[in-house]
Amino acid sequence: MFAGLFTALRDEGVPVALDEWLMLHDALERDLHDSTLSGFYLMSRAVLVKDESHYDGFDVAFARYFSGIEPADDAVDDRVWKWLHENPRFLHISEDQRARLDAMREQTDFDELLEKLKEKLESQEEEHHGGSEHIGTGGTSPFGHSGYHPGGIRIGGEGRWRSAVQTAGERRWRELRTDHEIGARDFGVALRKLRSLSTRLGGPATELDVEGTIRETADHAGQLRLSFRRPRRNTVRVLLMLDIGGSMDEHIMLLDRLFTAMHQASHFRDLQVRFFHNCVYDRVYSGPDLHPRRSESTLHLLAQLDPDYKLVMVGDACMAPTELLVPGGAIDYQYMNEEPGAQWLERLEQHFERAAWLNPHPQRWWETIHGAYTLGIVRQIMPMFELSVDGLDRAVGWLMARR
Amino acid sequence: MRHARGPAPGTASLHRVSTPSFRGTSDYIASADLQAAVNVAVSLERPLLVRGEPGTGKTLLAEAVAEALGMRLITWPVKSTTRAQDGLYVYDTVQRLYDSQFGEGDPADVAKYIRLGQLGESFAAGERVVLVIDEVDKADLEFPNDLLWELDRMSFHIPETGETVAANHRPVVIITSNAEKELPDAFLRRCVFHYIAFPDPGQMEQIVRVHHPGVEERLLEAAMEGFYLLRELDGLQKRPSTSELVDWVQALAVGGVDPGKIVDELPFMGVVLKKQADLDIARRHMAVRARRAAMQRER
Repeated sequence: MFAGLFTALRDEGVPVALDEWLMLHDALERDLHDSTLSGFYLMSRAVLVKDESHYDGFDVAFARYFSGIEPADDAVDDRVWKWLHENPRFLHISEDQRARLDAMREQTDFDELLEKLKEKLESQEEEHHGGSEHIGTGGTSPFGHSGYHPGGIRIGGEGRWRSAVQTAGERRWRELRTDHEIGARDFGVALRKLRSLSTRLGGPATELDVEGTIRETADHAGQLRLSFRRPRRNTVRVLLMLDIGGSMDEHIMLLDRLFTAMHQASHFRDLQVRFFHNCVYDRVYSGPDLHPRRSESTLHLLAQLDPDYKLVMVGDACMAPTELLVPGGAIDYQYMNEEPGAQWLERLEQHFERAAWLNPHPQRWWETIHGAYTLGIVRQIMPMFELSVDGLDRAVGWLMARR
Repeated sequence: MRHARGPAPGTASLHRVSTPSFRGTSDYIASADLQAAVNVAVSLERPLLVRGEPGTGKTLLAEAVAEALGMRLITWPVKSTTRAQDGLYVYDTVQRLYDSQFGEGDPADVAKYIRLGQLGESFAAGERVVLVIDEVDKADLEFPNDLLWELDRMSFHIPETGETVAANHRPVVIITSNAEKELPDAFLRRCVFHYIAFPDPGQMEQIVRVHHPGVEERLLEAAMEGFYLLRELDGLQKRPSTSELVDWVQALAVGGVDPGKIVDELPFMGVVLKKQADLDIARRHMAVRARRAAMQRER
């Protein structure tokens, strides 16, 4: 049942799995929707959607499946549109009639209804208003507009009675939509491997040392002596350098997610973040606005950071060759770089024990992309990985390997 | 405790379980979406995952559900150091060692040193209870995954005693999250989900009335206007939520503030905005507003 809704949801990018689909049928069997369409709307959303950013996709899919907006566009030809538009009639019904119709909705089966609409589209010869069978306006038939039929299929016109399909069509959740393929969580999981545990670091001894306790107790002739030790902590420190602006703008979402994951990964001993534009030269910036007032000398930064910091550079490495190879070639012409960018990158790479470059462009484009020349040079200086879950995973592996 | 495996989810599907349905309580207003989500979760015996901005009443929901369904509430507050194991049971080795040393208690009986956690307690309870796992996103990334089996089967094994704790009555599990971290898919797939949207002015008015039944009309109206004005300010670190408005109305009423001046002067602003930086933003906004008003008067 409702298999069309399942595919419609998947088309909209709502990740519905079979488990959830079965759960929905379980709920249907128990009549948790009170046999109403609006009940079904709320119930199926609660069961199928697990993220508010997918509420909008759900609404679109639901509206498309149940109101048949798209199929109607294809199947309803001009002849039918003419009937519906030329002499629309509006329905005035009494509360009695409405109650009687509401009672009927339990019998409505949507697959059947769609089937019936198809038949009507083929067989109906002329316009028909105010009736209860045919496609028309101001009636109580399930097809057409300006009439009343709970859970009917509106074709054209404007909704006058709120039903679930209309509620879905309002798309109240549009703002919460994010449309991301890779979540911050996936990056977070990959980053977890970026750790090396040690008890070297300070802190109170709060963990029961079982071995130590046994040894101490034995040394005291069996009298219990508890021994505690410091919990093991992550010793990994990270310097994250992000290329900002220009050609990186199109990757802003991906970067945002990496950034979120980095910050959520609370297990690093230290995380330093700096920004640059296209390539690193004499100065790096501490804010993404690249304001000179909040910048510092790159040499000063290197002097402060131990070589055991893991250097993670993020950028597309696509730039003009002069930016990388010529003194004074920096894209921000207000300052003059005495040394070419490539030399700075080499300096960074040599200072740190481990460095990796993450590129938001997929690896299969690296050879042919606009800017492939500089990308190739950067790649020779630092190992480059694509900024995907897999790529990050490999980069982390490289960063953690012993030299 | 029972020495058997608990019922798997969905085994009760053939006969309809007659559970009282949730419609909110006298002091908890639940929207139709929320009612539907709660009732689906209760009937399907699936955990209900509730997400929303801080202050939208996620934790209160659990209390309201417990009250409405007449069940006992067990709360498991999650912290960054919480492990899944803590919710099942804790084996107090140190106490047992001490007891064996000093001849106190009965160290031969391991069961005496097993203390059930909140999840274990909710399984072992003789009746159906409401268990709220509060702020699940605060814990480690793997925390939700570690609970999958137990939440599915509603049972777990204690190797120390060889016992299996299984739920005779599957508890109503409500899990709240601030969405600081994303939750794993496998975990999400097993839950019924509801996102509590921030209440619109209509709902908000209802909520405030529940807390302050005798509130003066004009005061409420002005407070609402002032509140939404503050909430929509650009660049706030912590946007005020329902509880702040409820407190503010209280402060305004007790302070005997003239309702006509609330929107202009925003008295007791510290009740609504909790951070110094946010207060600065609000003051700046008020200064700008005052200057504009003065300019208009001059014209």
